Amino acid sequence: MRMTATRRVNLVAGAVLLFSMAGAMATLHVIDRLRRRSIAQQALYVRSSKALRRMSLGYTGLMADIYWTRAVQYFGEQHLRRTGDFRLLAPLLQITTELDPKLWPAYEFGANFLAPKPPGGAGLPEAALALIQYGIEHNPNQWRLYYNLGFLYYLELKDYPHAADAFKQGAALPVTHPFMAILAAQMSQHAGEFDTARMLWVTAYQNTREELIRQNAVDHLLALQVDEEVTRLEQVVERYREQRGRLPVTMGDLERTGFIRGTPVDPKGHPYKLMPDGRIEVQDPQNIYFITKGLPPGAEPPQRPHETPPASK
Amino acid sequence: MNSGGMNSRIGCIAFNTFREAVRDRVLYNLIAFALLLSGAAILVGQISIDIERLVVVNLGLTAVSLFGVVIAIFIGIGLVSKEIDKRTLYTVLSRPVRRWEFVVGKFFGLTGTLVVNTFLMAIGVFLALLYVAHKFEKTDGWVLVALYFIVLQFLIVCALALFFSSFSTPLMSAVFTFALFVIGSLAEDLRGLARITHGIGAWIATAVAYVVPNFSALNVISQVAHGDAVPGRLILYNSLYALLYSAMAISGAVLIFQRRNLK
Repeated sequence: MRMTATRRVNLVAGAVLLFSMAGAMATLHVIDRLRRRSIAQQALYVRSSKALRRMSLGYTGLMADIYWTRAVQYFGEQHLRRTGDFRLLAPLLQITTELDPKLWPAYEFGANFLAPKPPGGAGLPEAALALIQYGIEHNPNQWRLYYNLGFLYYLELKDYPHAADAFKQGAALPVTHPFMAILAAQMSQHAGEFDTARMLWVTAYQNTREELIRQNAVDHLLALQVDEEVTRLEQVVERYREQRGRLPVTMGDLERTGFIRGTPVDPKGHPYKLMPDGRIEVQDPQNIYFITKGLPPGAEPPQRPHETPPASK
Repeated sequence: MNSGGMNSRIGCIAFNTFREAVRDRVLYNLIAFALLLSGAAILVGQISIDIERLVVVNLGLTAVSLFGVVIAIFIGIGLVSKEIDKRTLYTVLSRPVRRWEFVVGKFFGLTGTLVVNTFLMAIGVFLALLYVAHKFEKTDGWVLVALYFIVLQFLIVCALALFFSSFSTPLMSAVFTFALFVIGSLAEDLRGLARITHGIGAWIATAVAYVVPNFSALNVISQVAHGDAVPGRLILYNSLYALLYSAMAISGAVLIFQRRNLK
């Protein structure tokens, strides 16, 4: 009788345990969804890194790591939701770097979250600039920060003299990368040329192990190839018009008359389209990201789809 | 043994646990709490601008939460071991009291102590609020919700402390419970990590994120300090979650305690 009672208690307790475990997990799943939904309206209540420094009882490194993780998650979350609202990103990055001024990934990647135009980024190049400048102030010997600064000036702000200056300063550091001097020279003399952009994206590719950033560099290199080919083909069309007094009707016209050899194709293998007004367009603009040429009139440069947080570099 | 007798036995154990906690001067923490809150209310008003209410709510509710968690851990871990050390457990179990009734009674006794403690501290928080703001506002009502969530938090911590104390030493039980409290307070980040991780890491992170108690959803202190509303559905699901999680931990404690050799 005693054994039976004990067994009954065990059975009931076991059943309650399993039921409540499953129930707790299911409820947590719902709570999670509820809380995630409200993330867009979330506020950053503690905005002072000094207060956080005190609250963390000196464990500022860990606190900075937590805030950096929060910044990454916040950016990823807002990016995936396409809210376009990145209000908390700059304060989160500011707190992170003030808690740990040597956390250079926060400068490097943070600037790449902040600078690009939405939907790729927060569209806050000035905040990105302030972040990297703060980083340089506290890590004056980190050549990578100057590299990021130059990249930012070049790509987002189109400020070529400042970009050249940033690469030059990075090149002058005791420990630096050889390509910094080359980038500085190239930027001073050929800032707007395709070769300069290509060089920057190749260095971006070589300079990281992050798969997302490498993929992004490859996308930009392919886009540069398209931009360059479309520019060259449109020049050929213009030459044809000057010589023949009319526009070519098809690519075949250009080929038959020796202006081009073979049918030109984009990096995805699709032939370029010759439009009636002489412009060149790619066949599938949504499949070649970041191109600025070869698009239908008024079309925005296509962005990589949103399954992963991007990085402009 | 009928259910009326069972309820009265659990009630007796719970009441004795409460009485013992009061006799152990647990409620003395209220003096420290009162000093802390009144000191902060007076001091902040003199050295800062426009954050008096904010500080009273933030500091008051944080203190309620932390004081309660410390009490829950340090009393919870000794609930079983103390009875064994003093040999009073044998006297209790020699009567028609089942082991599971003892565990459940202890749980109710400890949570009862914490509810009384929280109630008294809540009065302190509202008095301090009245002192700094000179009147109550409509949004102060959300402070009650935050206090309710804190009580839910205590339910889980008590259940966990009791669970660990059913098979471990008091010191290790305190370490385990406190570690789970810290991890559970960062549960949101853990789930965020699970979302952005891939492969086996994602599975492990998700599993850990769901098994550890989720204290972050129960912490709305910053939110109510700014007068922000707490969604009704969150109140409902948090209540359900705390009840289920506590039931899970208590069932685990009962299962272990049933098998424990007390000789």
